[in-house]
Amino acid sequence: MKHRTFFWFILPTLSAMILFIALPIVSVLIQSLFVEHEQVLVVSESCGPFGCTPTTSIDAEATAALREAQPLGRFNGLGTYFDRSHLATAEVAEIWRESNGLKSFFNGLMDLKFYKALIFTLTYTFIVTPAVLVFGLAVAVGVNNLPRAMRGVAIFISLLPFLVATIVGSMILSWMLDGEGIIGATLQNIFNDPNLTIKSSTPLMWIALIIYGIWHTLPFSFITFYAGLQTVPQDTLEAARVDGASKWQTMISVVVPHLMPLVSFVTLMLLMDNFRVFEPIVSFQAEAHAQSLSTFILSDLREAGNPLYASAGATSILTIIGVAILLTPVVIRTWRDFNATSH
Amino acid sequence: MFLKKVVVAGAMSALLGTAAYADANANCGPDGASVRILGSDFPAIQAVAGAAEANCASGAGEFTINLRDNTRDMMNQALTPNPAEYTSVIVANSTLTQLMNDDLVRPLNDLVEKYGQNLQPSQLITIDGNVMAVAFMANSQHLFSRTDILEQAGVDGIPSSVEEMVAAAEKIRAAGIMEYPIAMNMKVGWNVGEVFNLFFFANGGELFKPGTAEPNVNSPAGVAALNSIKSLLEYTHPDFLSHASNETQALWEAGQAAMAIMWGSRGGAVLDDEGSTAEVTENTVLSAAPTAGGGSIPAATLWWDGITIAKNIPDADAEASFAALVSGLNADLMVENNDKAIWLIDGFQPGPAAAGVSATAAGGAKPYPMIPYINFMHNALGSELVDFYKGTESAEDALADVEAAYVTAAKEAGFLN
Repeated sequence: MKHRTFFWFILPTLSAMILFIALPIVSVLIQSLFVEHEQVLVVSESCGPFGCTPTTSIDAEATAALREAQPLGRFNGLGTYFDRSHLATAEVAEIWRESNGLKSFFNGLMDLKFYKALIFTLTYTFIVTPAVLVFGLAVAVGVNNLPRAMRGVAIFISLLPFLVATIVGSMILSWMLDGEGIIGATLQNIFNDPNLTIKSSTPLMWIALIIYGIWHTLPFSFITFYAGLQTVPQDTLEAARVDGASKWQTMISVVVPHLMPLVSFVTLMLLMDNFRVFEPIVSFQAEAHAQSLSTFILSDLREAGNPLYASAGATSILTIIGVAILLTPVVIRTWRDFNATSH
Repeated sequence: MFLKKVVVAGAMSALLGTAAYADANANCGPDGASVRILGSDFPAIQAVAGAAEANCASGAGEFTINLRDNTRDMMNQALTPNPAEYTSVIVANSTLTQLMNDDLVRPLNDLVEKYGQNLQPSQLITIDGNVMAVAFMANSQHLFSRTDILEQAGVDGIPSSVEEMVAAAEKIRAAGIMEYPIAMNMKVGWNVGEVFNLFFFANGGELFKPGTAEPNVNSPAGVAALNSIKSLLEYTHPDFLSHASNETQALWEAGQAAMAIMWGSRGGAVLDDEGSTAEVTENTVLSAAPTAGGGSIPAATLWWDGITIAKNIPDADAEASFAALVSGLNADLMVENNDKAIWLIDGFQPGPAAAGVSATAAGGAKPYPMIPYINFMHNALGSELVDFYKGTESAEDALADVEAAYVTAAKEAGFLN
């Protein structure tokens, strides 16, 4: 395609992406560099049904004047990025100085919410992603080897977890895992331990979240690989068979290499999605045991009542940077493959 | 056929019109104004908004009521534009602060003078001489007890302190009646923060150093509060960090708890004949929140719910909204809705569902503080104390984390330098 034609062809998509993705990110970045004005406080007496007390309140006029003068707030540079709720550089340095060995350093680090969330998110990402790739391929091969008549039903069943809305699926599972739910109560009966509950144990909660993550995203990799399997060249398969290759050998040396571009694609998508794990944490009510950067953004924007835009913005930008770092190896690999095939 | 319909419809509307006119003896303010009410969805607010609609909807140009969950998450955004999305928001202590922080509600002094003949002085929330809200109901956490189970375990009377609760719980457990006799709202986030407040205030703590926004929770009172809470958690279901009001009420109604610290506003729902058995409801007694650490103040915070009027709306709409809502706050409302809340309205007859809140207020519990930066402290408590409850951190370390997290947020919000 000529460059000119390509340009006109891509223009609608490109402008939509700039308008709805690039510009909002720039806006978030700018907001993350500013913090609120200094609040002008006045102390006065407040009375109500429970008596009178001296109360501090905000001087609305003075604050409005400050806001008028500097609509974005006070410039704080990267200050928010390095504060205790984010990268916490000062606190990490302090913990490093005071720790006597890697274990105590690690324990200190777990006190900082950003790193605690990062550890969970990375564990989740690096277990769920390969598991979904392997199981997805296995299910796809399994369904592909079924007699033609049964495939439709098998595909439908395999897609079910994907059809259930995340929040609904995870909420149902959450009730089942509850100490009073069917799975939770059965576990207590089997181990005869009334204190054994998934929602009160960090490791069990992590396992539950990871299993849910695998269950929910499996259909995505399954359907992609299943589609890919339909394009495996029959000649090569036949040649392999003639050469006496076993089914397993054919799988490893013919099918998997053929699907490699798809593997890269699925890996990219999964890494992106898993790093932003959010819904299961909320519906499992797992905040005590697992947090992710996405749950922080929600609580900054919502729970504070008067939202912390800078903090939420900084977390968003750090999430984007995190995703970019995770994706780099895969993208580099894809780029190399692309160059290798095109030259 | 068509004509007949029109005639019938016309006659009907004329009839309805006169009926409404006869009913509307209330003073509804300017005619044809717009009244748009936002509030949380629970029976008492449904009653107040419903009464306002019955009295004044006929004369209003527009009359809408939107009651939903988590109103506090969107009320500031809804009132910021001019004209605002709603003319009135029904708030509580903490949400009034949230609206006042952004200067979104108007002083009501002149409106109270004009329409507030039925209001009692104690209903007026005044800040620096300005009436900012009109309260109509009170709420607080307090103790729910099952007298049959306490009796069966050989406990005399109803516990009045944390120490007595723990002793009673131990007896119930030892007698093999229940493994986890205590229920509390300890869901990570807002509830964890609120439970700390209860016991911190009962131990005489102050969240901030006087006159400043500097945190003051890492103190002996803070440690004592955490230890009181932990002693109760020994006897709660191990999933307590995922239990909020709905879960604890369900545990109670299922007969799986013998003592609970829950909201007074749940009292009516617990005592009614829905969702539970007679065995549970007949033996449930509501009493003051327990005292802690040898003090005399009940471990509770007092709350009110009340009416505010938006700032960014035409004066006529403000007047009509205020008049409509206030028109419902009188003895007539009590006839049908007496047991739906602990009303602050003239004519309220406290029933069994109100006993807990009344006793808690009489015991000298503190109101939830109306401080502009309290949300940041509440959030810091809600997230940083979890490690202590999970047993992975000491009380002092957890409280130090709370202060550090609060300072970070308060600096970003401009309350600290």
